Amino acid sequence: MTDTGIDLILEKHSGAGRDALIPILQQVQAEKGYLSRETVARVGKHLNLPASKIYGVATFYNQFRFHPLGKYHITVCRGTACHVKGSGKVLDMAMKQLKLKPGQTSRDRMFSLEVVACMGACGLAPVVNINGEFHAKVTPQKLAMIIDQCREEELTNAEG
Amino acid sequence: MITLEVDGRSIEANAGETILTALKREGIHIPTLCYMEGLPPSGACRICVVEVDGAPNLTPSCSYPVAEGMKIRTSTQKVIEARKTIVRLLLSNHPDDCLYCSRNGKCDLQKLAQDLGIRRRLYHGKKTSRPMDVSSPAIIRDPEKCILCGRCVRMCEEIQGVSAIDFIGRGSRAFIGTAFDEGLNVSSCINCGQCILVCPTGALSERSYLNEVTAALADPDKMVVVQHAPAVSVTLAEEFDIKAGKDVDGQMVAALRRVGFDRVFDTSFSADLTIMEEASELAQRIKTGGVLPMMTSCSPGWIKFVEQFYPSLIPNVSTCKSPQQMMGAMIKSFFAEREGLDPSKIVSVSIMPCTAKKFECTRPEMAPNNIPDVDYVLTTRELGQLLHMFGIDLNAMDEEEADTPFGERSTAGKIFGASGGVMEAAVRTAHYLLTGKELPGLEIQPLRGLKGAKELHIEVDGLKIGAAVVSGMGNARVLLDQVCDGRDDLQFIEIMTCPGGCINGGGQPLGADLDAVRARMKMLYKIDREEDVRVSHKNKWITRLYDEFLGQPLGELSHRLLHTHYSKRDDLLQ
Ligand code: SF4
Ligand code: SF4
Ligand code: SF4
Ligand code: FES
Ligand code: FES
Repeated sequence: MTDTGIDLILEKHSGAGRDALIPILQQVQAEKGYLSRETVARVGKHLNLPASKIYGVATFYNQFRFHPLGKYHITVCRGTACHVKGSGKVLDMAMKQLKLKPGQTSRDRMFSLEVVACMGACGLAPVVNINGEFHAKVTPQKLAMIIDQCREEELTNAEG
Repeated sequence: MITLEVDGRSIEANAGETILTALKREGIHIPTLCYMEGLPPSGACRICVVEVDGAPNLTPSCSYPVAEGMKIRTSTQKVIEARKTIVRLLLSNHPDDCLYCSRNGKCDLQKLAQDLGIRRRLYHGKKTSRPMDVSSPAIIRDPEKCILCGRCVRMCEEIQGVSAIDFIGRGSRAFIGTAFDEGLNVSSCINCGQCILVCPTGALSERSYLNEVTAALADPDKMVVVQHAPAVSVTLAEEFDIKAGKDVDGQMVAALRRVGFDRVFDTSFSADLTIMEEASELAQRIKTGGVLPMMTSCSPGWIKFVEQFYPSLIPNVSTCKSPQQMMGAMIKSFFAEREGLDPSKIVSVSIMPCTAKKFECTRPEMAPNNIPDVDYVLTTRELGQLLHMFGIDLNAMDEEEADTPFGERSTAGKIFGASGGVMEAAVRTAHYLLTGKELPGLEIQPLRGLKGAKELHIEVDGLKIGAAVVSGMGNARVLLDQVCDGRDDLQFIEIMTCPGGCINGGGQPLGADLDAVRARMKMLYKIDREEDVRVSHKNKWITRLYDEFLGQPLGELSHRLLHTHYSKRDDLLQ
C-alpha cells in the first residue's frame, strides 16, 4: 500500500530511532486527521516498533485521535473556567445526543466528539467549538439545539 | 562469597546477586509481584521490600544487590505494614470475585491478602469497568482483575518477541491491551500462553473447553477419543500437589478412562509418525536441492509467528502437520474406518501442555470437509480440573496402558516434550535412514538442557549436517535474522514457541520455577534412558500403519492427511 503523504513524512525521518515516534505521529495526524491502523503499521515498520507499543505511547498523550474526524467535529472544553460554568453537563449532553464518547466518530462519519483543556476563550465559558467555530456560554439545551440544526442541515442537503 | 546478617542470623551470599536470590536459597520467602526470574528487575511493585540497616527507606529486595556485612531484616512491623498497604491499594479497585475466578486458590494476589491477614477493605477506589476479551480461541483476558504488574507485557515483548500487548493510556485509566484496543484474535498474539504463566492474578487464563468435553462425554451417540501430549504425563501430578518431575503416564491413562473417554491414545505415537515424515522430507530437500534450512512445524505458536513476522521463511517450514493434528487426522480417517464409524460421530479431544494448540485445531486447513481433526483441546491444567470435578484421585489409580493402534510410542516421540527433543529424535532416525545403522549411543547431549539456543554440527556418512535448536520466540528471532542474512551452515532447525519447550508450555501447571521445569525435563530423559524402543523407526505400530494404510512416508495419502501449508498473515493490520 502506498500513501504519498505518509511516505514523505517517513522519508523526512529516514534512519530515525524511537525518539522520532512522537513527531512522526504528530505529522501523520496533521496530514490525515487521525492515526489509522494502516498508518500505525507503516510507522511501526519504519521505526521497527510493534503496533501495540505505538498505540500505548500514543494513548499516553491526549493529542492523538484514532478515528477520522466527522463532518461536524465537536470539541467541548473541559478547562477549569468551563468546568466551573458547567461544561461537564454540556459534555454529558453531547455524549447522549451523539451516542459517542470523546475520541469517537459516529458510524456515518457525520459527528466526532473531542474534549480539550482550555481553548483560551475562558471569558465565553463554557465553550464549544464546532469545525473551528466558537459557541459561547453553551448550555446543554443550547448544544442539543445546535446538534439538531446540524442534522437538519444534512437532511436538507440530502434532499436538495 | 560474602557474609550477610539476616534477621540476626549470618548467611553466605554470592557477590553481585540480589538480596531476593540470596534469601530464597536460605528458605526465606519474600513475596514478589513484578519480579521475573531471569529478567532484569523492573522494581515497579515494591511488595518485596525489606529493611536494610543504614538505608533511609525500605529496600526492594528483587533489585538490590547484597554487600559484605549487610544487615537485613525481612519481617519487621514496618515491612509488614508496607506490604499490607500495597496489597490494600491493589485491592481497592479489585472486583473481589474470587469464588467465580479462574485463579481461585491459585492466585498470588489472593494468597498475599491471605498471608498478610487482610480481612476487610480499607480503601475504596473507583472500580474500573472493562469488558473481558473473549475473542481468542486460546486466551481470555479479564482486565478488571489486572493489577498492572506488567509481567505479561515483558513476557510477550522481551521473551517472546511478539509484543501483542502493552500498557495503554495512562494514570488511573491505564490498562493492558492490544493495538487499537481490539480483540487478541486480530492482534499479533501467537496464543503461546506464556503470559498466563507469569500473571499473578486471574486477569489472564486459557479459554476452557471443559463444558464442551463433559457434554461430549455424556452423549451416548458419540465416541470420545482422547490423545495426550508427551509433556503432559510429567507435569499432571503437580495439579495434585506433587512436586515437579513425577511421571504419571499409566495413572493418567487410567484416570482418562474413568472419566469416560472411549479410547486413550498417546500423541507421542504421532510424534514418531512426525519424525518419519519430517526426516524423509529433510532427506528429500537435501537430495533435491529444496529450500534449506528446514524448520520444524510442531509448535503452532511458532507457525503463526512465522506467518506474521517472517513470511519470507514460510518455504523453509516443514509441511508436516504437528503431532496433535496428525493424530487427529488419523483418528478421523484410519481409526474411524477401522471402527466402521462416521467421522462426525467421533469427538476428538486432546490434552496438551499448550494454549496455542487450541488455536491450531481451529485453523480451516485442519478441518477437511468441515470436520475438524481435533475438536477440543484441554490444557494440562484443565485436565487436572476435570479429574478433580469427577472426583478422581490420580495417586490412587493403578497404571493402565494406552489403546491400540495409536498408544504405543518410542521414547524418541516422548522427548518431543523438551526443547531439543524433536531434533534428537529426528537425528536418530535420519542417521538410520542415511547409513542403515543406529546412531552410536543415541543420546545427543549438546541438544539437551534449558538453554534458549543450542547447536550441533556432525558428519553422517560424509554429509555435513548443521542443526540448531531454539526455544522462546525472542531466541528464534536472533537465529532467523541470521538465516535471513544468509547464514548457510544449517540444514535443520527445531523451533519451539515456549522457552524450554512443551514442558514449560503455556498450558502447564502454574507456579513452576526454573528448577521445576528442569525436573520435568529430567523425567523425560529418564524415560528415554530406561526404555527399549528409543527410535521412531522401530515403533512397530508405525511400521504397521505404513504397511496397512499410509504406504510410504511422503506418499500420496501422507500428503493428504499428514501435511499442510501456511500463508502470510497481516493480523497486525486488520
Ligand atoms: S484475581 Fe485473585 S484476588 Fe482477584 S478475584 Fe481472582 S482469585 Fe480473587
Ligand atoms: S499468549 Fe503469548 S503472544 Fe499472546 S499475549 Fe500472551 S505472551 Fe503474548
Ligand atoms: S494481566 Fe496479569 S501479568 Fe499482565 S499486568 Fe495484569 S496482572 Fe500483571
Ligand atoms: S477553560 Fe474553557 S476556554 Fe478556558
Ligand atoms: S517484586 Fe520487587 S519491586 Fe516488584
